[in-house]
Amino acid sequence: MRLENIGAMIEVSGLGVTFRAGRRSIAAVSGLSFSVAPGETFGIVGESGSGKSTVLKAIAGLVPPSLGSIAIAGRIVAMRRSKADRRQMQFVFQDPYGSLHPRHTIHQALREPLAIHGLDEAERRIADAIAEVGLGREHFFRYPHELSGGQRQRVAIARALILAPPILLLDEPTSALDVSIQAEILNLLAKLRRDRQLTSILVSHDLAVVAHLCDRIAVLQGGKLVELLDVARLRGGDLREAYTRQLLQASRGYSRDDSAS
Amino acid sequence: MTEPPLLQVANLDVSFLQRGGGVTHAVRNVSFALGRERLAIVGESGSGKSTVGRAMLGLVPRPGVVTANRIAFDGIDLRSLSPRQWRQYRGRRISMVMQDPKYSLNPVKKIGAQIMETYSLHRRGGAGQARRHALEMLEAVRIRDPDLVFDAYPHQLSGGMGQRVMIAMMLIAEPDLLIADEPTSALDVTVQNQVLRILDDLVAQRGMALIFISHNLTIVSSFCDRVLVMYAGRIVEECDARHLHLARHPYTQALVAAAPEIDRPKAELLTVQRDPAWLT
Repeated sequence: MRLENIGAMIEVSGLGVTFRAGRRSIAAVSGLSFSVAPGETFGIVGESGSGKSTVLKAIAGLVPPSLGSIAIAGRIVAMRRSKADRRQMQFVFQDPYGSLHPRHTIHQALREPLAIHGLDEAERRIADAIAEVGLGREHFFRYPHELSGGQRQRVAIARALILAPPILLLDEPTSALDVSIQAEILNLLAKLRRDRQLTSILVSHDLAVVAHLCDRIAVLQGGKLVELLDVARLRGGDLREAYTRQLLQASRGYSRDDSAS
Repeated sequence: MTEPPLLQVANLDVSFLQRGGGVTHAVRNVSFALGRERLAIVGESGSGKSTVGRAMLGLVPRPGVVTANRIAFDGIDLRSLSPRQWRQYRGRRISMVMQDPKYSLNPVKKIGAQIMETYSLHRRGGAGQARRHALEMLEAVRIRDPDLVFDAYPHQLSGGMGQRVMIAMMLIAEPDLLIADEPTSALDVTVQNQVLRILDDLVAQRGMALIFISHNLTIVSSFCDRVLVMYAGRIVEECDARHLHLARHPYTQALVAAAPEIDRPKAELLTVQRDPAWLT
């Protein structure tokens, strides 16, 4: 795919996602619009229940939107995704222990997407993918429980990248990891973005992590976009909305004065 | 300070016997003293920080073996307590708040009944008094509608409310020492600060001592008084919490450097280069 002819890689317009709970219906996301340029890493922050993960799942086609549209590379995608659509984007979840099959070896886990999409040269692709995330052949025949948390997340990233998707969706990819391991994974993601010109969306509750990787950040609260800002404005404290200021203040650490509820 | 420290630990060792006959040392040679202050223990997963907390409560699971030259709480040697004697201390004078309220609260028992149970275990008084105290405690941890929460089940509460309920339950016995093991890690940042504020007030108003176990350096440096940094079961450094960024040990420095910061952009995060010399 040639990137230069496309305005936005991901275009979300008027997105609404509604869940039914018994007779009630809950709007998890409403009236959300944003676009992500090719090669950009776009951040979404918000607290639990803000709808940030739901947005990502809607883009991936894992939950059906009730309103609005999602366009990938200029083309509106149908709710039911074709195999080609799904190859366009891959997902990395928070907990690699939950997202990798416990009884599949790393080799099997990496082989599966290749088999589904009918790609050739499986062995070479697997070896390349595992090397790209900083692991080696000695990890091929291990099971997820035989790896550390950071290694498991590397495998999850390798599995996502083995299809060479132009888009990577990251849902709290480092929240379950120690700071030291988080640093390794964030560096890996930065390197992959440089090497592959990946377009990605990073969802996190950690403002520092999002500010580290992203240029533009959407702040979500209660399923709605509160503020769209670039990182320079965040660092400068030039924030329009009270909620964003509150979030920034809280992320800087504890202080007796501003924690009064 | 003329008053002796509330808690004194000397040469604490916790080891686990492996199936093959080997021994894993989870905690080695840990010594510290604690006054009525906020002491943080930081380190990565597996550094032994939670095990230190558990050892203070006699809660190291089998086949763990705890040895120490001294574990003295308020002048009493905790090493020689019988299970019956432990009950005089555990939950009553020393309490622990765990990370995730989802796993620590009984899912099939109402919140009020769970708090009242703690009260009647440790304090004298009838059901009416227990109820009154439980409601007061819920108010003290800033639950907006204590009556409603009193009659709720754990799954009906948000994470932040669940954690406040846990704190209410631990504090109703009015302990002298609270061990909080990652008490805010499962919470959103804004809620996190509300919970810290409650702990802060309790330390200030009741003179309670707090051991705050965490991997979050931002919270620790802004909330605690003193920090113990653990690596592979050992304390590698002790420093003033506010001066964590001036730490001298390379491991502490590496941890600080590895964290992304909002105000100071870093092109690349430094990763921890582990030195075998830290293990000696």
